[in-house]
Amino acid sequence: MSLSRRQFIKAQAASIAATAGGLSLPAASANLITATDETSLTWSKAPCRFCGTGCSVNVATKEGRVVATHGDIKSQVNRGLNCVKGYFLSKIMYGNDRLTTPLLRMKNGVYDKEGDFTSVSWDTAFDVMAEKFKKTLKEKGPDGVGMFGSGQWTVWEGYAAVKLMKAGFRTNNIDPNARHCMASAVGGFMRTFGIDEPMGCYDDFEHADAFVLWGSNMAEMHPILWTRLTDRRLSAPETQVCVLSTYEHRSFELADLPIIFTPQSDLAIGNFIANYIIQNNAVNTEFVNKHTNFRKGNADIGYGLRPEHPLEQKAKNSDNVGGSKPISFEEYAKFVSEYDVKKASEISGVSEDKLIKLAKIYADPKIKVMSLWTMGVNQHTRGVWMNNLIYNIHLLTGKISEPGNSPFSLTGQPSACGTAREVGTFSHRLPADMVVKNPKHRAYAEKIWKLPEGTVNPKVGAHAVLQNRKLKDGEINAYWVQCNNNIQAAANINEEALPGYRNPDNFIVVSDAYPTVTAQAADLILPTAMWVEKEGAYGNAERRTQFWHQLVDAPGEAKSDLWQLVEFSKRFKISEVWPAELIAKKPEYKDLSLYEVLFKNGNVDKFPLEQTSKDYNNFEAKEFGFYIQKGLFEEYAQFGRGHGHDLADFDRYHEERGLRWPVVDGKETLWRFREGSDPYVTKGKGFEFYGKPDGRANIFALPYEPPAESPDEDYPFWLSTGRVLEHWHSGSMTQRVPELYKAFPDAVCFMHPKDAKEKGFRRGDKVRIASRRGEIITRIETRGRNKPPQGLVFVPWFDARQLINKVTLDATDPISKQTDYKKCAIKIEKA
Amino acid sequence: MNKLSRLSLFALIAAGSLLLSLQAHTEEQVATLRKGTELNKENPKPAPLQNPSNKDIKRARSYPMQPPTIPHKTDNYQTNLNANKCLSCHSRSRVEESQAPMISVTHFMNRDGNFLADVSPRRYFCKQCHVTQVERKALVKNDFKDVNEMLKKDRKAH
Repeated sequence: MSLSRRQFIKAQAASIAATAGGLSLPAASANLITATDETSLTWSKAPCRFCGTGCSVNVATKEGRVVATHGDIKSQVNRGLNCVKGYFLSKIMYGNDRLTTPLLRMKNGVYDKEGDFTSVSWDTAFDVMAEKFKKTLKEKGPDGVGMFGSGQWTVWEGYAAVKLMKAGFRTNNIDPNARHCMASAVGGFMRTFGIDEPMGCYDDFEHADAFVLWGSNMAEMHPILWTRLTDRRLSAPETQVCVLSTYEHRSFELADLPIIFTPQSDLAIGNFIANYIIQNNAVNTEFVNKHTNFRKGNADIGYGLRPEHPLEQKAKNSDNVGGSKPISFEEYAKFVSEYDVKKASEISGVSEDKLIKLAKIYADPKIKVMSLWTMGVNQHTRGVWMNNLIYNIHLLTGKISEPGNSPFSLTGQPSACGTAREVGTFSHRLPADMVVKNPKHRAYAEKIWKLPEGTVNPKVGAHAVLQNRKLKDGEINAYWVQCNNNIQAAANINEEALPGYRNPDNFIVVSDAYPTVTAQAADLILPTAMWVEKEGAYGNAERRTQFWHQLVDAPGEAKSDLWQLVEFSKRFKISEVWPAELIAKKPEYKDLSLYEVLFKNGNVDKFPLEQTSKDYNNFEAKEFGFYIQKGLFEEYAQFGRGHGHDLADFDRYHEERGLRWPVVDGKETLWRFREGSDPYVTKGKGFEFYGKPDGRANIFALPYEPPAESPDEDYPFWLSTGRVLEHWHSGSMTQRVPELYKAFPDAVCFMHPKDAKEKGFRRGDKVRIASRRGEIITRIETRGRNKPPQGLVFVPWFDARQLINKVTLDATDPISKQTDYKKCAIKIEKA
Repeated sequence: MNKLSRLSLFALIAAGSLLLSLQAHTEEQVATLRKGTELNKENPKPAPLQNPSNKDIKRARSYPMQPPTIPHKTDNYQTNLNANKCLSCHSRSRVEESQAPMISVTHFMNRDGNFLADVSPRRYFCKQCHVTQVERKALVKNDFKDVNEMLKKDRKAH
């Protein structure tokens, strides 16, 4: 007999009443504390610590602790809403295992690579660390040291790191974990528009008639933007939603047009849509003639594997992956004409009917379309191409830079835009889209930084994947990881990252708030202050820069990444890190420390301590004796002001719920490249893509090419990895929040029920997932939120106990160097 | 106790506590979430799949604005363009019949803070904020302090 829900509830209630019957309620629970001095909380604003949406949060503190958080009503981004992670921000800093003291691997009282983690003072930690960095710099020069940072660094932390590495140690071996998530988006922007980051903004959600998701599960990964999209779709019934993915997920719940395609075939679909637009005379000829150029990109560019890999040996253009040449519209039309609906359907496995429906959304001039994408497009061995192909469609139809007409690259991390991209913490970049290869850009940086000509190294440094390879090969020997968990996040950790970190030649430093698996693989762990334990700034996906104050103090000896970077710089004399010929150009720097040259340079120390807020603590400012965050920000802002990246004055951001750059004459910019909305567009032009010298955006001819690895007889399944709503990235914060842990406690292998049946698996069976590189043990899930098609499984990567990146392949987009985490071949057997 | 033995007792205690502190801070495995499994090894026993708790007993909230967790299973609850199963019990018009808690009044507010006649579509997907819970110990203890505890402690101190 089955109980109905109501009967069940009644039975439960009765049993509870019986249990409670014999007990008297504690007296205090009957009281209500009403005295204002006791119940009042201090509320402050801060952006959320998690995704790139950049929700603003109200944070309540009492007696030096965060006691509550909720969505900020005043924020235009989220208008009072948070997702479940955001609602539990209050607890992320209070995991019982917070690191509160530096830990060094020691044996018999001295550092030993094979020693046990031993609590040491900051002085000892920095002594050992400085010795290792100095030794490496002496023996190998700037190429021997490296740093792996984060799109979760605050703006000034990323900026200080860039200065320390690029100006101080004169190496470009610095890269952020944003390489894993946004590099292809950056590559797409630079190739098509010559300037990074979306032209539109979140206001597009309320203006669009159709939304097309190209490889993005917004319902779980950008939940609050999903609420805006849902709001629009359900309150304006004429709007429609198309969701494209390689497996069915929660975003399909709102899909009018659901499309499951074969991995990698999005390239064919993109080209088909362009072809359909041309064939059906839907090209916005005036826009195309005035504002675009056509180019053909190099094809057969390899897969970013090690150069000796057969796939790289075979690739024709592996030495000029980003190359392209101008072509005419007719040549472009001919190029895409190959992608008719029949061919696109064959490659993608999507019905011709659905493909045409999708193409019509773009081709109809009356439908305003917002395209949205994240990791499905970016984590792709042809990620830059796929970004280019989406822009092609919007440019051919002129559906761009207007409210609701918006190709919108969503960002994964809270400051992937603000810190990784705008500050330029990549191995090839400088602030404000400048690059180390360009002598004018280097000179510009050296001028602002008051450094002698030739300080900034012109050699592009090692990107994320290359850093791990160089660690394994013993080429980078002193390495600092801040604000990320790359032993859990990097692909193919069995063959590259783990051997690299444990290579006896290397000294690995990991700064983190919690003892992550990356900390476990380190030699020195530095305890780190997080989120509102420091003053910070993040930049979200719509170019919005947001600030927060330090609201509570960090526990024990934990210190912010900023303090660590700047304090560490005191241990180096210019004469120890720069060659004599460079010092000869500024002999007065010879005996100064890096701290004095980089951070006491008249810019960074320009603003006195008195300018910090009277209402909030500011640990770093007090330590260094000046308002260091303001000094760093104002020096950094010099790079972008007057160059299309204008930021407002520092103090204003503490008053605002963020501002979208460029901020010109105090006004933020909502839609770039369109006259009347963007002050940088020349009067009378209508549109101007001013990132390119001729003001025209590029439409690229790029083909479909197969993935690096596909299922075969031995490894018959596709593996796709990704996140889940309840956990942020590697789970180092969210797995420590009991409610989030209990909502989605363990990684599982989502599988089609028919595949499970054929393999003889039942739901919950223990299985071994293996690739040519590594394996994990997990359990089969045939129900729930993700419904893969036959032949593909999905495994999330948040679970430190099941490191799925032992299995994944470190193939990258050869242009962006971003890893493809969505496609590799695996086998699955009962364990 | 004579002076000498008192001194040696102190020395003993000091040595003992030094030893203790050294032991406490010398560890090979620090990655708490791995529960002792080395990085290059695999845990042979991943936790069995566990269904969400279905006891229908309300749980305390950590602070008033916390979205309540779901105290029952939600298997096969449809929330899509056609239907929202959660609202079939929790909507204003259904709570008398279902005796389920009504969704919060905030859920009737649109982006601009105005109350609508029915649930705001921006609140349509319930599971973005409300999640089920398995019955299991926390993976790591969390030291978040409920503000009520702090208030009570303050009262006692007075």
